[in-house]
Amino acid sequence: MPDVIEKEAAVPGSASAPATAPAKAGKPRSLWSDAWRDLRRNPFFVVSAALILLLVVITLWPSLFTSVGPRDADLQHHYLGAADYGHVFGADWFGYDGQGRSIYARVLYGARASVIVGLCVTAFVTVLGGLLGMLAGYFGGWLDTLVSRLTDIFFGIPLLLGCLVVLNAFTHRTVWTVVLALGALGWTQMARVMRGSVVTVKEADYVTAAKALGAGTTRILLRHILPNAIAPVIVVATIALGGYISTEATLSYLGIGLQDPTVSWGIDISSAQNVIRTAPHVLFFPAGMLSITVLAFIMLGDAVRDALDPKLR
Amino acid sequence: MTTIEKTNPAGNPAAADTAPLLEVRDLHVEFVTREGVAQAVNGVNYSVSAGETLAVLGESGSGKSVTAQTIMGILDMPPGRIAKGEILYRGEDMLKMSTEQRRRIRGQKIAMIFQDALSSLNPVLTVGYQLGEMFRVHQGMSKKDARAKAVELMDRVRIPAAKERVDQYPHQFSGGMRQRIMIAMALALEPDLIIADEPTTALDVTVQAQVMDLLAELQREYHMGLILITHDLGVVADVADKIAVMYAGRIVETAPVHQLYKNPAHPYTKGLLQSIPRLDQKGQELYAIKGLPPNLLRIPSGCAFNPRCEMAQDVCRTDVPALHRVTDADGAELVGRGSACHFWKETLRG
Repeated sequence: MPDVIEKEAAVPGSASAPATAPAKAGKPRSLWSDAWRDLRRNPFFVVSAALILLLVVITLWPSLFTSVGPRDADLQHHYLGAADYGHVFGADWFGYDGQGRSIYARVLYGARASVIVGLCVTAFVTVLGGLLGMLAGYFGGWLDTLVSRLTDIFFGIPLLLGCLVVLNAFTHRTVWTVVLALGALGWTQMARVMRGSVVTVKEADYVTAAKALGAGTTRILLRHILPNAIAPVIVVATIALGGYISTEATLSYLGIGLQDPTVSWGIDISSAQNVIRTAPHVLFFPAGMLSITVLAFIMLGDAVRDALDPKLR
Repeated sequence: MTTIEKTNPAGNPAAADTAPLLEVRDLHVEFVTREGVAQAVNGVNYSVSAGETLAVLGESGSGKSVTAQTIMGILDMPPGRIAKGEILYRGEDMLKMSTEQRRRIRGQKIAMIFQDALSSLNPVLTVGYQLGEMFRVHQGMSKKDARAKAVELMDRVRIPAAKERVDQYPHQFSGGMRQRIMIAMALALEPDLIIADEPTTALDVTVQAQVMDLLAELQREYHMGLILITHDLGVVADVADKIAVMYAGRIVETAPVHQLYKNPAHPYTKGLLQSIPRLDQKGQELYAIKGLPPNLLRIPSGCAFNPRCEMAQDVCRTDVPALHRVTDADGAELVGRGSACHFWKETLRG
């Protein structure tokens, strides 16, 4: 008899077991642990996560990969391509740009600006937009009206055009100027997503139940509403991150974002535009890195969305 | 509005001899909608003492849940509005208390059990966390102690393997087990009064009985007051001490439970009792009260039940009946009985 019971308990796919089944000693499963399990099996997630991890390592310690500085110029290498390709991971791996700087080194150091802009803008808009969206959605009233109308107004301004106008006002622009400009124009998107999500969740019975059992407003917001409302925000934020990186590169390309001596893919792409035919490698490598980075974040966002959206299960 | 004020009953005949724990006096609740003001509760009076079970019976839209929500202070306002009335907790009007005072009473002194336990439990938090939250919110207990308390509570409501299941999520429990968890949550701080809003509606019949038995047993153990809101006459019979039947936001009959079943004094109650399927009526068509519950935006004049009542006379269409004290054939008052019907005598003896 015990054998039979053990066999039954060992049947895989506990999810399909009837709800009345006795306690299984299995690990508790929440939305997040379910999502994590889904993610680990998703090849898109694995590839994009590996790429992003590599990118973060490059951002933090670019000197691990090259001993040459991004601003070390030697004009005798002017537009020299890597004809022999003999030096993998060497300074001449990707060739040299017009000022004889190693493109390999510049591509590595350029990751820093992109990743910082991407992460910081996303953090900024998620915290600010998320907070305002949550308060607007929960309390309603004048705050809701204000946030919603602001969102509507900002929705009509294209991110790139808005940034052009804002950044034009600064003569000295650093990474942080760009972060602020993108963040100031981008937070309303997050506020909109968060507000919509909170409005749905706050009607839930468990929120009423928490109120009826005496929980205060802060606890209801942080413990009961936020964890249930945050999934769409995470998805939008992950996908938007890639967008912010490409916007930064576009701005730098247009000469209105980052400025020399900051090393940025956008600046390098910009300076390569006149020599596309004579020295295509100057354009190819920074543009390729930019594409791979943006792609990695968008792939990650897609994978996260698939894992968190219960409708796609 | 004037007609409603006229009907204010003289007093609640069901008032218990001991000082009531909770007393609802002449409560009026309305909802402001686009089409007009819906009068959900029109002068409800009831009281519960410690150790007593009051069953509030009525169909959907009769105002039984709105009354409970008003007591708990979880009514959505707006669109809801308390037009009039008092809710006395140990003699103190809760409607006049500060938000903070009321929050302290919620959960600690008066707790509530909801109809659908699955949607009333937060899906992203473990059951143990949610049970422990009661202690952390109201008593500032540490995480570890709260968890231990949660296990203890789960044991008390007889959830098997409580220690292993405390870290599971609500969706991993069956319906009956989830309702037990809701009961455990309500019981956590040993409140004086529990309001159970259709606690067994979402459960199947065998589990219903188990959950009701558990609730009744725990109530006896802790000597709590219990307000049991239901539309199911079968659930009430074994558990309740007294019953208040609601129709269109008003109490139409109050009675000790067995007297009500044996001898109803209001045509509506009579109709409800007749519409229960019975074994000795095999092959006959089941009785149903004709018509529909009234639109709360346009409650019929006079007795709200008159369009559906077989006994209705002209007086029923003009005068709102007060809650009459019910007497037996010899004129002796039946304690705790009241009927808001002009023809309660005929109903009782007919």
